[in-house]
Amino acid sequence: MTMCLCGSNRKFMLKIHIERSMLTSEGKCLLKVDLEVANNELLCLFGHSGAGKTTLLRILAGLFNPDRGYISFNGEVWYDSAKKINLPPQQRNVGYMFQDYALFPNMTVRRNIEFAQKVRNAEEVDSLLAHFGLEALQKQYPAKLSGGQKQRVALARALAAKPNLLLLDEPLSALDYDMRLNLQDEILKAHKLLNSQTLLVSHDKEEVLKLADTVVLLRNGIVIKSGKPVDVL
Amino acid sequence: MVNDSDFLNTLLLTGKLAGWTTAILFVIGLPIAYVLAYKRFWFKSLVEALISMPMVLPPTVLGFYMLVAYSPQHAFGGFFEKYFDVRLAFSFEGVLMASVVFSLPFMIQPLQNGLVAIPRSLREASYTLGKSEFTTFIKVLIPNMIPSIITALAMTFAHCIGEFGVVIMVGGNMPGETRVASIAIYDEVQALNYDVANQYSLVLFIISLLILTVIYSMNGKKKMLF
Repeated sequence: MTMCLCGSNRKFMLKIHIERSMLTSEGKCLLKVDLEVANNELLCLFGHSGAGKTTLLRILAGLFNPDRGYISFNGEVWYDSAKKINLPPQQRNVGYMFQDYALFPNMTVRRNIEFAQKVRNAEEVDSLLAHFGLEALQKQYPAKLSGGQKQRVALARALAAKPNLLLLDEPLSALDYDMRLNLQDEILKAHKLLNSQTLLVSHDKEEVLKLADTVVLLRNGIVIKSGKPVDVL
Repeated sequence: MVNDSDFLNTLLLTGKLAGWTTAILFVIGLPIAYVLAYKRFWFKSLVEALISMPMVLPPTVLGFYMLVAYSPQHAFGGFFEKYFDVRLAFSFEGVLMASVVFSLPFMIQPLQNGLVAIPRSLREASYTLGKSEFTTFIKVLIPNMIPSIITALAMTFAHCIGEFGVVIMVGGNMPGETRVASIAIYDEVQALNYDVANQYSLVLFIISLLILTVIYSMNGKKKMLF
């Protein structure tokens, strides 16, 4: 099934057509996704645990290989099983935000952001620190930060690499309700700042309704429904 | 009775052997530990078993095989004699080589455990930020496994200064060349020089205690890292 997730007059940038067998708590199942994501779109992958949301995100980042299929971004082929093309994560230029944020414990907040830059640029680091309200924390190490602060650093770091695509794996799942509400705005801010596609994994309906332009409902590896959040959820 | 100069020389030789063994093993141990921690290959269990063999094998067994290999009639020993003009049997170089092999697990295992303990997401985050495996290793992994590195260095050094079986098999008891402290203790006891044996023993006891204290304090720090 090929889905159009936005208006036909918009340019499709990310094309995903993959299959991968997965082992879930309910046994073996096949993740089968066939979709196209338009530019500037914030797409949410929604579903229960084991639906294949994180697996799909990891496949897009190049951290997992599909069994077969095809992925391209803006015409550049990232993965093609038929032609044996498989770009490593280093060459895909995606900003990936992990569930545990994966901040480097040996680096300060500022150094975490600098490390992500392809070319050192202190002004851009200052600007990101200011954008996410992290100026006062720039010399702190991740171990001293709260969950919300870590989330903002992880977002700033993901953006510092100027990625083509932002992939957010349940970025708010570890936070309490009030913190989640505040940080949803930070995600929207990051998405606008990037001016490209963002794929967000979530199993929180409220979060999806607030953030997503489009939602893809996954169940046992299969896309059940997709479209505007108000129509799908 | 042993004079002060002999006593000091023996201890210096012990330190030299342990220091060189630790330095060599650190350089070769880091890449081996990396491969064992993160790569999959079909004979990985065999490699891990071989590296761990010195922990279960009597030192005399390893020493015997190394002594055989060191013989100038053997291809290995002959190669070193022909191309490097080094006779491995009953020399410091031979003892050093045996010590490196015999101490492998004491370096590799803490390093491997340290790498495995680092959350996978840190490596993956670095890769998605465009960093190579080498850059990730140097700038992300190594700085986040310092307690494991200190443990590996300390364990290797401590194990080396206590080595007896392998050293006596391949090095014998040559003052200034292969006579390390553990062999000197045995030698002095055989000669009924208990006072001198006690001096050596006390030094080894204190050094070992200090090193183990460092290792246990590092274990506490490892738990705090992640």
